[in-house]
Amino acid sequence: MAHLVIHKELVNKENIDKVLKICPFGGLESECDELLLTAGCKMCGLCIKNGPHGMITKEEDQTPVVQIDKSAWKGIAVYVDHSSSGIHNVTLELIGKARELASVTKEPVYALMIGHNITQAAQSLLKYGVDKVYVYDYPALQDFLMEPYANVFEDFIQKVKPSSILVGATNLGRTLAPRVAARFHTGLTADCTKLEMKENSDIVQIRPAFGGNIMAQIITPNSRPQFATVRYKIFSAPAPAANPAGSLEKMTIADDRLKTLVRILSVKEKEKVMDISEADVIVAAGRGFKTQADLDMARELADILGAQLACSRPLAESNWFDAKHQIGLSGRTVHAKLLITLGIAGKVQFTAGMKGSDCIIAVNSDPHAQIFDVAHYAVVGDLYEIVPQLITLCKEAKAHALS
Amino acid sequence: MDILVCVKQVPGSSDVEVDPVTGVLKREGFSTKLNPYDLYSIEMAMSLREKYGGTVRAITMGPPQAKQALLETVWMGADGGVLLTDRAFGGADCLATSYALSQAVHKMSSYDLILCGKQTTDGDTAQVGSELSEELGIPNIGNAISIKLEREGFITVTQNLDDRIVTAEIPLPCLVCVDGDINSPRLPSYKRSKQVPQNAFTSLTLKDIEDQDKTHYGLLGSRTNVERIFPPEKNADRKTLTGTSSELATQISDILKTGKFIG
Ligand SMILES: Cc1cc2nc3c(=O)[nH]c(=O)nc-3n(C[C@H](O)[C@H](O)[C@H](O)COP(=O)(O)OP(=O)(O)OC[C@H]3O[C@@H](n4cnc5c(N)ncnc54)[C@H](O)[C@@H]3O)c2cc1C
Repeated sequence: MAHLVIHKELVNKENIDKVLKICPFGGLESECDELLLTAGCKMCGLCIKNGPHGMITKEEDQTPVVQIDKSAWKGIAVYVDHSSSGIHNVTLELIGKARELASVTKEPVYALMIGHNITQAAQSLLKYGVDKVYVYDYPALQDFLMEPYANVFEDFIQKVKPSSILVGATNLGRTLAPRVAARFHTGLTADCTKLEMKENSDIVQIRPAFGGNIMAQIITPNSRPQFATVRYKIFSAPAPAANPAGSLEKMTIADDRLKTLVRILSVKEKEKVMDISEADVIVAAGRGFKTQADLDMARELADILGAQLACSRPLAESNWFDAKHQIGLSGRTVHAKLLITLGIAGKVQFTAGMKGSDCIIAVNSDPHAQIFDVAHYAVVGDLYEIVPQLITLCKEAKAHALS
Repeated sequence: MDILVCVKQVPGSSDVEVDPVTGVLKREGFSTKLNPYDLYSIEMAMSLREKYGGTVRAITMGPPQAKQALLETVWMGADGGVLLTDRAFGGADCLATSYALSQAVHKMSSYDLILCGKQTTDGDTAQVGSELSEELGIPNIGNAISIKLEREGFITVTQNLDDRIVTAEIPLPCLVCVDGDINSPRLPSYKRSKQVPQNAFTSLTLKDIEDQDKTHYGLLGSRTNVERIFPPEKNADRKTLTGTSSELATQISDILKTGKFIG
């Protein structure tokens, strides 16, 4: 671990003014001609690189931190996200990724399944290449309840000691994973968009960060297990194998660990609504559209192509679209065969949710728009001129095909 | 019902970029605002206080200027707030943040309910609420869309859980993370902004909380470590289409035809 050191001999009013302007996080403050670090510091290093030379430096800590024994932790475990409607596909995607990661360190891949009457479902995971599915099957675990589920998760970690744990970033996963990670005082990285394995079993976790157009590479260097959550559709589910080799292991836990004062009063299945995550063809509109009425163009194009209409965050925020239509880090991830973006800048938080699409056609009037960095076809032009003509051409092509 | 609301000050805009050459962050100016998702939990706290009585206090960890976030919460109607600030807290990940918050909560007078927002717009992790409940050893529930008091010592919470809506009874004290977009947050009141008593706010530093071991906070107390920041990757094999609008429209429609998306 490193920390920042402020070299007092170089601190003067001029230097303070300079460096205060550089820090984007309010991580520095001045008090009576002194320069202090605050709770806002993110260790981004900007003040070191761009500030007055040598005034702030990064020093490794003198007292070496006790290194944990990583070899005592083995295996990559995937939490099985399931409900009465079955196992969530994100689980299979994570099993696929876990296998890739495990091949680097030659570790086993585990799945942890918690619930009631779940043996059959657990069995079905073996064909995706899980070495062992650990099953906690109790009536008290029928519905998701934080305390019993966290206790079971804890029991699993203590008995099996997996090095890494991957959890789908569903609403459920996003509350359960932090509860368990905090219990083990270990690291958890949310919504990773890329995972890689190091030889020393540290997982390299990559995600957009700092609320900006930036990616951060994060590791959990000295704690186990290391936790990461990943959204649906970021990775691909593996093909099922014909002769799975893995096995099921039935786990037991003391009854008092399954108790909670929380009581479920009712569970209502939500109506299944259109989900852009499943769409093959998508037309996505951004702030390049000046008024809500102009969206008719996008809608017409989408209709002709049999596409779903989606949007960037500002359009969901201004209620031109329901939030379910938003693509991106805080919206849905899509994996379309064809995605046409219209008037979208392509900030990382947006591209995090669509980069995986097979064919991306981006229309933007700014030749330097970032969306072009992920597009397969960069169309530099005005959507207000292009889209109406494109609609006409598509209509013609369709009519031609029918005749 | 006495409620604590956890709030955070976040950057006012997301125009932060990495310089591809120096790998350093660039941000135009430094503006801040109250995390938009916190507005829903503050509104929830206000309406619970209106219905059932009690107090609402805000708590935030951040640099000294994060006091602004508390002020705004009080202008919306909260009774007061606590700012947790110390340079020992700098560079904290979610775990170190929730631990510091739990220490501050221990210092505050008793509470029935802690409300958190769904997530922040800068970190976007949605983890601190759940981690805080674990540090405090109290039950928690996420993605709440409604909270009611129906039985002494319990609240009834309706929760948006992916493919289902779950209603559960949960004992107090507990922590609830409130979903986004579930109410219409009230605006800060100008009148209140003129009337806020000085003693509505308290500051806590490392010296004021029980566990003063620096290695439990900030960067030292963090378990995750940012190894590197970098600009997003670029797709190398892209085609740039140029020409007049009608030429561009024709080129796109040709791509669509070739890909069998139309015709
Ligand atoms: C933590 C966090 C999470 C976020 N999550 C998401 C998310 O999930 N999804 C998301 O979308 N955003 C998200 N954002 C916001 C994101 O950073 C951007 O602000 C947002 O994506 C911008 O939307 P936009 O591209 O539509 O708008 P703008 O940035 O305003 O871009 C509009 C684009 O339209 C172009 N344009 C204008 N007029 C025309 C025209 N006539 N013809 C063609 N092009 C035109 C402009 O050149 C510009 O590139 C998040 C931000 C943060 C900090």
